[in-house]
Amino acid sequence: MPSPSFLRGGVLCAACVSLALVSAEVRADTEFVYEEVSGRISLESRQFPESAVFPGQASQATGLVFHPKLYVEDAEGRSITVAPFFRYDGADTRRTHADLREAFALVFGEAGNSEWEIRVGIDQVFWGVAESRHLVDIVNQVDLVEHPNEETKLGQPMAHLTWSAEWGVLELFGLTYHRARTFPGPAGRMRGLFVIDDEHVSYESSAGEWNLDLAVRYTQSFGPVDIGLSAFDGTSREPSICPSPVPGAQLTQHYEQIRQFGIDSQITIDAWLLKLEAIRRKGFRNLFCQQEEDYGAFVVGGEYAFYSVWDSPADLSVLAEWNYDERGQNATNVFQNDLFLAVRYALNDVQSTDFTLGVFEDVDLDTRVLSLEFNRRLTDYWAMNVEAIAFLKIGDMDFLQHGLENDSFVGLNLSYSF
Amino acid sequence: MQIALEAHERGTGFGDFTARQTMVLRNRHGQESRRDVRIKILEVDDDGDRSMFVFDQPRDVKGTAFLVHAHRTEPDDQWLYLPALKRVKRISSSNRSGSFMGSEFAYEDMTAQAVEKFTYKYLRDEACGELTCSVTERTPVEKGSGYSRQVVWHDRDALRIWKVEYYDRKDEHLKTLEIADYQQYLDQYWFAGTMTMMNHLTGKSTVLNWSDYEFQTGLDDGDFTQTSLRRAR
Repeated sequence: MPSPSFLRGGVLCAACVSLALVSAEVRADTEFVYEEVSGRISLESRQFPESAVFPGQASQATGLVFHPKLYVEDAEGRSITVAPFFRYDGADTRRTHADLREAFALVFGEAGNSEWEIRVGIDQVFWGVAESRHLVDIVNQVDLVEHPNEETKLGQPMAHLTWSAEWGVLELFGLTYHRARTFPGPAGRMRGLFVIDDEHVSYESSAGEWNLDLAVRYTQSFGPVDIGLSAFDGTSREPSICPSPVPGAQLTQHYEQIRQFGIDSQITIDAWLLKLEAIRRKGFRNLFCQQEEDYGAFVVGGEYAFYSVWDSPADLSVLAEWNYDERGQNATNVFQNDLFLAVRYALNDVQSTDFTLGVFEDVDLDTRVLSLEFNRRLTDYWAMNVEAIAFLKIGDMDFLQHGLENDSFVGLNLSYSF
Repeated sequence: MQIALEAHERGTGFGDFTARQTMVLRNRHGQESRRDVRIKILEVDDDGDRSMFVFDQPRDVKGTAFLVHAHRTEPDDQWLYLPALKRVKRISSSNRSGSFMGSEFAYEDMTAQAVEKFTYKYLRDEACGELTCSVTERTPVEKGSGYSRQVVWHDRDALRIWKVEYYDRKDEHLKTLEIADYQQYLDQYWFAGTMTMMNHLTGKSTVLNWSDYEFQTGLDDGDFTQTSLRRAR
């Protein structure tokens, strides 16, 4: 196997060449035949009914989100997308933040019986099939201050090449810059017992955040079976949360060099969706930075939909997923042995009304978290979302969730899309 | 069966097309909601059509895209692209009777009706407007269909469909589709301009207007993959 530095050089060259190609292609005849501005403005409020554990923590957080998206396209379909994101939060200064979610050029074409696509710039990538967590998904950093469910991501600078044909889809990623995870500040809720330092971030790589990370993904479908295989070599997106050398100071974020292999698969038969995601990760430190521990983890489960229930157009879906991490008590996340059970009731009406009730049950640590979500479109431009997360009980040994006991909340979101 | 086969033969061979759909959903109180969808369709030899739907309206689902690989006898393959998460989701195609975007059209009404998916019975000939129509009854083969049967009016001249009555599983007259404003394209193919679906049980209706038809635009398989789905905007 060629050395990683040799590989990195190669990918960097390929990235530069594709960047040159893309910019030449897009710039040469900048005759854009289609332009569009779309986006969303949201007003959001979270109420925390229980008193805060720490002085200075807010009992409610109200804020505003502005997320426009500009898109231009030329006659051949080559395009540029730019989508900045701004949030103002009245309670936590760290949650008030801006990000460039997308800023990329896209070109694509055909070569014989295969198709190719190149995206260069800041983009977002999603891998995987599961609902309770996104285990194999590793390209983008999580924008954790947005939501504890880790679904919102920061923009990632990259060159992304896709090549697809009868034999499947092969994707190569060169990731040029590392984004540190965002964490709530001292005044924010859902921060746990310790505030995590967001100013002094350390890296294992001597190149720091400029380490060139590589990723490759292959996907193929065999009738009802979809399979994805992925590999990642570079700076971990998940931080190692380490005690500070200075007593009494905040915990620090440290980013290790890791190698991760992932597999994800979904089988779609009738109203069944059967899902699996599994990873093997090397070079990552376990809980509180004790030591490097290679490990495996998986999430397995599925979803079944009952259509047209109770003689109505509504669907009722039942979801169950089991998350397992072989590090057990040394796991760096809350999914070491957890069940996720949920029901989703979708009315299939004009307003796309839906309700989801879910529960995360920690099999080992006696922790139970309930989530409730309600979505409804109000007009062709306005929509609302109500959600509640309740930390029903947190086990004595569930160190990662200590300090969240009183952080149950109800959130209301009103969005105007344009 | 003869009518269905011949109507199918006359309606196929266009290759591919793109078009826009505007739906106006009206409830029994007259309140309206609008759906704008861009559509691409590709015919495939010896298989069902490939279809891509991209939503422009309502705005909260703008950029959401829906890809269908229809099959003649096997269940269809369907994928949904969610732009907020940039996630492509393979979804079940067994919910044929579910509402399309909250409208009175079900998924099975929106996708091409393969000849193999029904059995047929000739009923009668009768006048329909200035034309003469053959009235046939077709019964869905698939268990997932929401209908026990459909009654279809084809005109004798060009075998265009002018009206369909849908009967639900209890054999109640659930919906009526009326089709109007036909135009001929490529000197051969008749495509509808307006489709009105009336639900007799709820009093709700959906008017679907087709526009901007463009034929033989050079689409191929590569425009109907999960990679191209991610490019939808």
